[in-house]
Amino acid sequence: MDDLAVEDITEVLRVTDSFVEVGRRPNPKVPALRGRTVATLFFEDSTRTRLSFETAARRLSSDVLSFAAGSSSVKKGESLRDTVETVEAIGVDVMIVRHASSGVPSRVAEWVSCCAVINAGDGWHQHPTQALLDLYTVRQALGGGDAGLERFRGLQVVVVGDIRHSRVARSQVAGYAALGAEVTLVAPATLLPPSLEGWPVVDVSHRLDDVLPKAQVVSLLRVQSERGSGEYLPSLREYTAGFGLTGRRAAMMAPDSIILHPGPIVRGVEIASDVAELPSALITEQVSNGVAVRMAVLFLLLGQGSLDGAHLD
Amino acid sequence: MTEHERTEHGGRAPRAVVIQGGTVIDQSGERRGDVLIESGHVTAVGDALPLPSGCTVLDGTGCMVSPGLVDLHTHLREPGREESETIETGSRAAALGGYTAVVAMPNTEPALDSAETVRTVLELGRSATVQVAVAGAITVGRGGERLAPMAEMARLGVHLFTDDGTGVQSAALMRRALEYAGGLGVTLAQHCEDASLAGAGAMHEGAWSSRLGIPGMPALAEEVMVARDIALVRETGTAIHFLHLSTAGSIDLVRKARSEGLAITAEAAPHHFSLTDACVAGYDPVYKVNPPLRSTSDLDAVKAGLADGTIDAIATDHAPHPPELKDLPFDQAPPGMLGLETALALAITELGLSLGRILGLMSWQPAAIARLDPGNGGRQGAPVAPGSEANLCVFDPTATWTVDSSALASRSRNTPYAGRSLTGRVRHTVLRGEPVVIDGVAQR
Repeated sequence: MDDLAVEDITEVLRVTDSFVEVGRRPNPKVPALRGRTVATLFFEDSTRTRLSFETAARRLSSDVLSFAAGSSSVKKGESLRDTVETVEAIGVDVMIVRHASSGVPSRVAEWVSCCAVINAGDGWHQHPTQALLDLYTVRQALGGGDAGLERFRGLQVVVVGDIRHSRVARSQVAGYAALGAEVTLVAPATLLPPSLEGWPVVDVSHRLDDVLPKAQVVSLLRVQSERGSGEYLPSLREYTAGFGLTGRRAAMMAPDSIILHPGPIVRGVEIASDVAELPSALITEQVSNGVAVRMAVLFLLLGQGSLDGAHLD
Repeated sequence: MTEHERTEHGGRAPRAVVIQGGTVIDQSGERRGDVLIESGHVTAVGDALPLPSGCTVLDGTGCMVSPGLVDLHTHLREPGREESETIETGSRAAALGGYTAVVAMPNTEPALDSAETVRTVLELGRSATVQVAVAGAITVGRGGERLAPMAEMARLGVHLFTDDGTGVQSAALMRRALEYAGGLGVTLAQHCEDASLAGAGAMHEGAWSSRLGIPGMPALAEEVMVARDIALVRETGTAIHFLHLSTAGSIDLVRKARSEGLAITAEAAPHHFSLTDACVAGYDPVYKVNPPLRSTSDLDAVKAGLADGTIDAIATDHAPHPPELKDLPFDQAPPGMLGLETALALAITELGLSLGRILGLMSWQPAAIARLDPGNGGRQGAPVAPGSEANLCVFDPTATWTVDSSALASRSRNTPYAGRSLTGRVRHTVLRGEPVVIDGVAQR
């Protein structure tokens, strides 16, 4: 996400508008990438991101090669590099890479010679399309268009949860800050990164109740159940008591403020079930916008080549 | 004397050699002089020496002629990981780097934790182009649970013992190990890393690890064990050597402990005074090493420790790995980088110390720590003077060269310095009177 200039981000958001419109048609398909081949290389399980990317690719009429590590020669001991070079030799225009280890997409981008690489989430590092779809969803909630974009300046964004282990947080913080929002991180001290040096955040808090009243966007992060095993948190229950978006806390939020969650949500841990159903919780909008944002990214990388460089990391 | 008469070491004693036109440098300073070597020993140093007929003449013009370098920390990978390095290839790399002795680390497969395994390596090392000494394991299989038979290894001449690759986690076992080693008169060398604090860390914990999303290994993991072991040394009175110190905090602890007079020595690796954690930004595992590349302030502290004598030795931690392992994702790739062929040039290029200080850190001080020096009955790090065995390094301290990973003698290619321009280049290396490197070319 750090590789994207503000103009790149705003261009993705503008192009997304037209693909949101396409998505509303009875036949939501355009011929923009006919004849192009998109490969998804998911070395880590992911249902929603993979479905979203593959749907986006198909709606652009490209061919899709789907590669899942579990069913592939990786299981037979083939190295990551050999796998990548094999897929490139088959002939693809873009590789969409998801891996449990940080940095794999940038290594893949060094290894390939003539195809683009999109980071679909790497370790704790980055998940840029998730951040882009969050930005799009917020822009939509702020009225959409360039006016919505303008309202990012000074926007109070609160990111809550397991920031230490979150690729989504790292991409979000960069994206919000690039558009002028003021980001506050809220987490138990154990779930913050060891250092925030260089992070474009205005504040860090360990008390969600203190920051909620001024928040305009509350972005929740999933807390994986293993974090509640005692090493980082005494229990998930204690996390929820301090940091869960309960009904009581949702009521503290300002009118017109919105709630985001990248999913999958764990109801009852980071968000109460009835809060997830509030009109201000835009979780399903995020999912549908995700397809349009990924269409925009693929289109800009392959259709026009106007995204700077050939990689999105 | 015949050309290849057997010496007491089983090596070959070549014909007479003279190193012409260089400046001799050793513990007693610098002086202009040719060096005559006969029967494996230095027999004369001075101008206008009479040349024996048929002697080999090595050009030392513009060069320093010093005692050979001694590496306290070399992973030769044999037995067990011969696809990465062998005693032969690692020794050739060492000779090209100006070394005449290396201490082979015991984290081979199997580990060097018995007289039998130590003997194997010593025997393979007999025909190598450097003297191969062995560090034995402190615990059986380096498992950290039971003391290895240190006495039987000590009888084979092993002086340093370490579980390098990991630290001895149990304070109680480390205390016993120090007590036992004290009784044998040997030295334990600790890889300081508290495993619980290091966790799954793959790089230095700090601003870069936080940004890159790579699990961090805090400086604390090293410092906690340094502090613990200093307390154990104070209690047991036994000597300890700290391997590859990498943090400002560790170096401070050692500085204070030494001012108390505790029997502590320490080494630092070239990569810890030449590279920082910022190198990891591209996720290339060639920059993955353990202890990890640290922050700029840690790098400065390592340099200061080398300058003020808190650190006694520069040791390479030469750790070869094949390309397929260094193509793994950063967090899965094995730690380690090559060091033997670049160490001297890095010291000259990066440290800003006099050549005399650098050679102290790379030759006679490590020789004494490993007890390979004349004071302990050895032949390494000896003054360049008549009577000393001719283990010599001849290098041009002003020559610049560019590191070419494909030109390295090591079987592996994992140098982080590929493409980097360095100052200081080894021209000749002489082992027991035999020129094993001439004009930068290994002779065998």
